[in-house]
Amino acid sequence: MQLTLWTYEGPPHVGAMRIATAMREVHYVLHAPQGDTYADLLFTMIERRTERPPVTYTTFQARDLGGDTAQLFKDAARDAYERFKPQALLVGASCTAELIQDDPGGLTQALDLPVPVIPLELPAYQKKENWGAAETFYQLVRHLAVKPSGPRAMGDKPPRCNILGPTALGFRHRDDVREIRQLLAQIGVAVNVVAPLGASPQDLARLADADFNIVLYPEVAHQAAGWMARHLGQPATKTIPIGAGATREFIREVAALAGLDPDHAADLAAAEAHSHAPWYARSVDANYLTAKRVFVFGDASHAIAAARVAATELGFKVVGLGTYSREFARDVREAAALYGIEALISDDYLEVEAAISAAGPELVLGTQMERHIAKRLGLPCAVISAPVHVQDFPARYSPQMGFEGANVLFDTWVHPLMMGLEEHLIGMFRGDFEFHEDAAPSHLGGPAAAAPPAALIDVPAPPAAWAPDAEKELRKIPFFVRGKARRNTEAYALSKSVPVITVETLYDAKAHFSR
Amino acid sequence: MSAVIPIQLDQGCSDAPVLLERGQREVFCGLTGIIWLHRKMQDAFFLVVGSRTCAHLIQSAAGVMIFAEPRFATAILDERDLAGLADAQDELDRVVQRLLERRPDIRLLFLVGSCPSEVIKLDLSRAAGRLSERFMPQVRVLNYSGSGIETTFTQGEDACLAALVPVLPISIQPHEPELLIVGALADVVEDQFARLFTAMGIQRFAFFPSRRSTALPAIGPQTRFLLAQPFLADSARALEDRGARRVPAPFPLGAEGSAAWMQAAGAAMGLSAERVEQAIAPARQRAELALAAHRALLAGKHVFFFPDSQLEVPLARFLARELGMQLSEVGTPYLHRQHLAEELAWLPAGTALSEGQDVEKQLDRCRALRPDIVVCGLGLANPLESEGFTTKWSIELVFTPIQGFEQAGDLAGLFTRPLTRRQLLAA
Repeated sequence: MQLTLWTYEGPPHVGAMRIATAMREVHYVLHAPQGDTYADLLFTMIERRTERPPVTYTTFQARDLGGDTAQLFKDAARDAYERFKPQALLVGASCTAELIQDDPGGLTQALDLPVPVIPLELPAYQKKENWGAAETFYQLVRHLAVKPSGPRAMGDKPPRCNILGPTALGFRHRDDVREIRQLLAQIGVAVNVVAPLGASPQDLARLADADFNIVLYPEVAHQAAGWMARHLGQPATKTIPIGAGATREFIREVAALAGLDPDHAADLAAAEAHSHAPWYARSVDANYLTAKRVFVFGDASHAIAAARVAATELGFKVVGLGTYSREFARDVREAAALYGIEALISDDYLEVEAAISAAGPELVLGTQMERHIAKRLGLPCAVISAPVHVQDFPARYSPQMGFEGANVLFDTWVHPLMMGLEEHLIGMFRGDFEFHEDAAPSHLGGPAAAAPPAALIDVPAPPAAWAPDAEKELRKIPFFVRGKARRNTEAYALSKSVPVITVETLYDAKAHFSR
Repeated sequence: MSAVIPIQLDQGCSDAPVLLERGQREVFCGLTGIIWLHRKMQDAFFLVVGSRTCAHLIQSAAGVMIFAEPRFATAILDERDLAGLADAQDELDRVVQRLLERRPDIRLLFLVGSCPSEVIKLDLSRAAGRLSERFMPQVRVLNYSGSGIETTFTQGEDACLAALVPVLPISIQPHEPELLIVGALADVVEDQFARLFTAMGIQRFAFFPSRRSTALPAIGPQTRFLLAQPFLADSARALEDRGARRVPAPFPLGAEGSAAWMQAAGAAMGLSAERVEQAIAPARQRAELALAAHRALLAGKHVFFFPDSQLEVPLARFLARELGMQLSEVGTPYLHRQHLAEELAWLPAGTALSEGQDVEKQLDRCRALRPDIVVCGLGLANPLESEGFTTKWSIELVFTPIQGFEQAGDLAGLFTRPLTRRQLLAA
């Protein structure tokens, strides 16, 4: 038993849902108890999807356990097929259904549906969300990709690649794909299939038509890409194009795999890219960023990439590097060694908090959890990796990858830091009576302001006094509307010439303004 | 805007047929109750014994409520726990020990059962008994199940309160009736009710659950309890087993519901209707004033309820009677006819009621009826909005203070806001 307060990753079947939801024409029938449908709202609320995830749950209850849960599953699978008519059906069990040991794969085979049925074995008590996503994608590819009959011929047609790894609920996957597509178009590489995001089972069937694969997110695609390398003879990229330097390296790697001239390709891409981040980082304004202490935590790929950008493109000092993805612990340890530090491999956010406190960084780059940790410790922070809240599925174009991604990173990471001049001023004038950390902003008129000039205009009547119990009642109103409630009540008391605001006045005012 | 539609008060829905459905249910499990219960009971800790899914569920539902030290956690079962059940109890002791060392301020610990712990039949009541013996008097350890196979959403609170009932002290006061208000309410609502009871002249009243576990209310045969929430079937039964008697009443939603609820409280305590009316009159007038503005916008509009919290029937009654809305369908996860008798009698005759769910079929019905506003969970809300429906997401009705006179306007406002927003964005 492991005591857990907050988790970085969900259970593996949520990973499978991320694949199913990313794709088209796929339906996932999940043997799961009532309540597991909570996962739908991750997609409809955090990612603001306009459709329900293509998942049917059996939602069995206690009274079903004595009876035939296997029949329940078969009915659900048949109904889901009839209603949605998908090109392929994923079937599997969540943690509780794993315990009752119905066999979703076998049960669905017995239905003899006219589409491929892909059973998923996702061990819920050992593995987590990213593993579940990787395994699901791998199983889909393995079942659906059609092996070429003969050897591949590199002909006159432009070189073609697949883009692998983007999913639903992926951190900036939508915009990363757009950015990388653009980059590939600039150097003359065609995209065969992007998967799983936006792909149908028919698309997966023609994965083998590409010359090579681009692995954007190893957490999701490494297993499938490995299988495709072995069985379809497609090599895959290893560089994650996050940051300007890594993007240039990525272009050279892609060019080499595509049989193009790497130098020429890099020139082509760089010439057309609006790459501002490298110059911004060299401009004198950014001098104050030098050797700022930064702590990096996230999924392995984003953490490793962020550390590299921080150290080599912004001139920060990386004082901490860690991940919650145990599957990639070795890679993160190797990366940490580059900065002379020990990697933190943990999915316990209290451990991460302790490490951040110990490292004493000036900037934290992490997930939603690190944002909260940094808030508590009073540190600036930017989000670089899932898990994330709704605000990190932005409406605007906001990739992490490619040259535009590098621009986004520069802005995002520098914003939370105090600007250089401001920092100097605070250092120089610390202790100045009107310029210290507790002073209110001058434009708001702090208490230091002198007495108002003598009444040249009509002085408004003083607001009514608050009776202690009314003041107490006001404190019970949530803080974010309390100010409004106070203003409204005082205005109401004034208009009614009520000298003392009582609890009654408070609620009279509430009723008055709700009209 | 159309005028208020006359309501047929003659028959209600007391004997109306209910569409019983089995199929996929798009609902939360009872674990979700922890999110409001831990804010209410300030010295209690909720330890879920379950899987990573349980931890992920609570985290997703709690959203931004990340605290330095949240007062809930999950003991995640792993393979070793599943392989040999013998050491699961030892493991639990170890986890609880570690937890209580870190949180010495905790006085009440709930071991909360989940689907996995129920399916492997992990005996949490035995664990709670053993741990209680070990940590009393500093910490009392209780258990209940919030599993999805047994509980739907707000039933988690029911299970939790029912587990607390046996440890309530015995009231030593033998004769005069005492009033117990049952169901977690926002503090501000509780205080409003307390003021009204005092104004009515009721002296002996208490709220359950109490804010601190060290101040649990006493009960006995002279206790009259009044449900503040419609989902407390097991808690009511447990209270009755200890001799307390339930006061039948509609639920305190809207001006009318709150007034009837207060009248029931007064009658149970031997007060005259006039006396109660006098005490509540100013608040009731305020509520009616606040509701009038919303009625103009809502009257005649059709509303469709997907099942979620068991609050659907009282809410539908409020919307129909006080705001003049038309009820397309009122879905509830579970219909307790006895506790809802007063509510059902007040529903417009012929209201389509459904219990349970087959979500795809219910969506088909909803699409066919094209209601003006759909009350549903977050998994359905955005997809329905994108189909052109206006939705009100139902969880807000559980997390927001909506009971009592002073909240009547706010409650109506929760339904007008999405409609107003749609108008604003269309303009």
